[in-house]
Amino acid sequence: MFYREAGDFKSSYQEDSQTFPIKFDRLRYYGVLIVAFGIVPLFINDYWASAVAVPFLIYAIAAIGLNILVGYAGLVSLGTGGFMAVGAYSVYKLMTAFPDISIFVHVILAGVVTAAVGVLFGLPSLRIKGFYLAVATLAAQFFLVWLFNKVPWFYNYSASGQITAPERTVFSVFVTGAQTSATAKYMFCLVILTLVALVARNLTRGTVGRKWMAIRDMDIAAEIIGVNPLTTKLSAFAVSSFFIGIAGALFFSVYLGAAEVGEAFGIQKSFLILFMVIIGGLGSIFGSFAGAAFLVLLPVFLKNVLVGALGWPTDLAAHIELMIVGGLIVVFLIAEPHGLAQLWRVAKEKLRLWPFPY
Amino acid sequence: MPDQLLYAMEVTLNGLMAGVLYALVALGFVLIFKASGIFNYAQGVLALFAALTLVGIQEGQVPFAHLINAITGGHLTHFGWQVPAVIAIVLTAGVMVLLAIVIEKLVLKHLVSQAPIILFMATIGLAYFLEGFGDVMWGSDIKTLDVGLPQGINDTIETTTANWFGYGFFIDNLDIVATVVAVLLVTALTLFSQFSKQGRALRAVADDHQAALSVGISLRFIWVLVWSIAGFVALVAGIMWGSKSGVQFSLSLIALKALPVLMLGGFTSIPGAIVGGLIIGVGEKLFEFSIGPMIGGATENWFAYVLALVFLVFRPQGLFGERIIERV
Repeated sequence: MFYREAGDFKSSYQEDSQTFPIKFDRLRYYGVLIVAFGIVPLFINDYWASAVAVPFLIYAIAAIGLNILVGYAGLVSLGTGGFMAVGAYSVYKLMTAFPDISIFVHVILAGVVTAAVGVLFGLPSLRIKGFYLAVATLAAQFFLVWLFNKVPWFYNYSASGQITAPERTVFSVFVTGAQTSATAKYMFCLVILTLVALVARNLTRGTVGRKWMAIRDMDIAAEIIGVNPLTTKLSAFAVSSFFIGIAGALFFSVYLGAAEVGEAFGIQKSFLILFMVIIGGLGSIFGSFAGAAFLVLLPVFLKNVLVGALGWPTDLAAHIELMIVGGLIVVFLIAEPHGLAQLWRVAKEKLRLWPFPY
Repeated sequence: MPDQLLYAMEVTLNGLMAGVLYALVALGFVLIFKASGIFNYAQGVLALFAALTLVGIQEGQVPFAHLINAITGGHLTHFGWQVPAVIAIVLTAGVMVLLAIVIEKLVLKHLVSQAPIILFMATIGLAYFLEGFGDVMWGSDIKTLDVGLPQGINDTIETTTANWFGYGFFIDNLDIVATVVAVLLVTALTLFSQFSKQGRALRAVADDHQAALSVGISLRFIWVLVWSIAGFVALVAGIMWGSKSGVQFSLSLIALKALPVLMLGGFTSIPGAIVGGLIIGVGEKLFEFSIGPMIGGATENWFAYVLALVFLVFRPQGLFGERIIERV
């Protein structure tokens, strides 16, 4: 009834190739933007920002980045945590070395640095494929974490080995440091996420994205029809690491404020973001959002139920939470291996015919 | 002989022993990967779960005591009996077989013919679940595992080498036992897969699922069998690592140590797992010994991966892996 192409006439090429060709989709997209930018900031408080909103926004950036690599280019990576650490440490070094330049620039530059590191660790992907590559990316994970732990230059020779985000402002509003308000954190991450999602969505629709998908579906066949595997694979690594680096930079500077590399960017983080991508749906930008939302909300929900409502001890609740998260992942993979994005696609197909399905 | 060389020899020997332990874990991976194409991340957690169960049965702990106490408000901890080590090991092996059956019934059966990445993710989910389950069942405190294996420095070797070179080598008895057990295990597995009916079926499934099905081999039975064997290997690895460093969460991280071993040796080769384990064990110990102090130490975390990575660039299928043939 609402959701269909019929009656929605396009009179220019530009209209025909827009991101959301169906009117209902377009309106929904504007609606989400209005709610996210206009309404949520009015009501957000510290608890919601630090427990749900900010981690969701940051993980969504990371998930989009990883989804480009795993979902679009078909290169499985377990080094996400390490790349996030690169983003975090480069933004820290930049923030402390050039205090006068805007943090926004620093975050983007941190992404660029991570992209360079990503390309470096992406080089073996030209020879190594499948699970061998997945395990090979673990080399990046362990090596980078070790490097940031052992070389004091990266944490400015601080005694604790931690990095602490100095206070920085955007338009004279604090976005990092202790004085930051919940709204500022939320808005800063939201703006960056929106930009990232726009870029990612359009990259994956264009030539670059089609090359990635060709490589994913079968790299030899893609090479025969003229897709250069070297530039395609490395560009996937570069773009993916760029986004992941930004996510790492925000995770450290805006969300955590102070970080210790092994704890904040360990192997668990790599798996967490891979889960988001898989549960959300491989090869779908919407899926990255859905997966990030699901895995951020689930532990909060479980914790509130188990500790808050049932009054169980926290360590027991933590173990039960692990069981439930693990179990749900398995259930999810059995019920819908293509993730939440696929459920959404099916729902949309149903909606097109509703209320007269014949 | 100069001291440095002697130290290096000792380090090499210890590296070989450590390599055997890595190989033990890698063995479980290879078995499952060969028979079902599943990259089983849960292998490390299986070892942890096996060790936890073994300690729990031995000490006569009440399973789920913590949970029951939380619900009923009681103070259950132990049944108050001790089970002899041998019986406990047999019982634990039984639990692992049961676990294999449950995993096949609840998880694998429903995931037939899915993409490898989906199966891999399922095993990570399984790893999370088992980790939580093991902790809920037996408690998460660090436990000591003692099944009567000899521990501590081996005096005979120390005195002998002291007589020969004037410097006594430090070699742990437990490592020697582990080596012997690993050799026995590999021999037994090889004999089983070469000469028994089930072993032959196993190899047929590994070769080609469809062809194996068409000659009447039950895929589901083979999967249960493979996961049981992997569970048993995990039990052995759990006993060895558990006796060495206590039964605790970090035990499940040995899976991460086994991955570079797998890459190096090839995912499909049992001898590869052994040789890869030895190379990684010796390599990382020697690197830590020679280069480590210069660049800050603790290189063992990543050296194995980088070594495997560099190696793979030259030989993408690993040392003994099957040649990767790609067709368009």
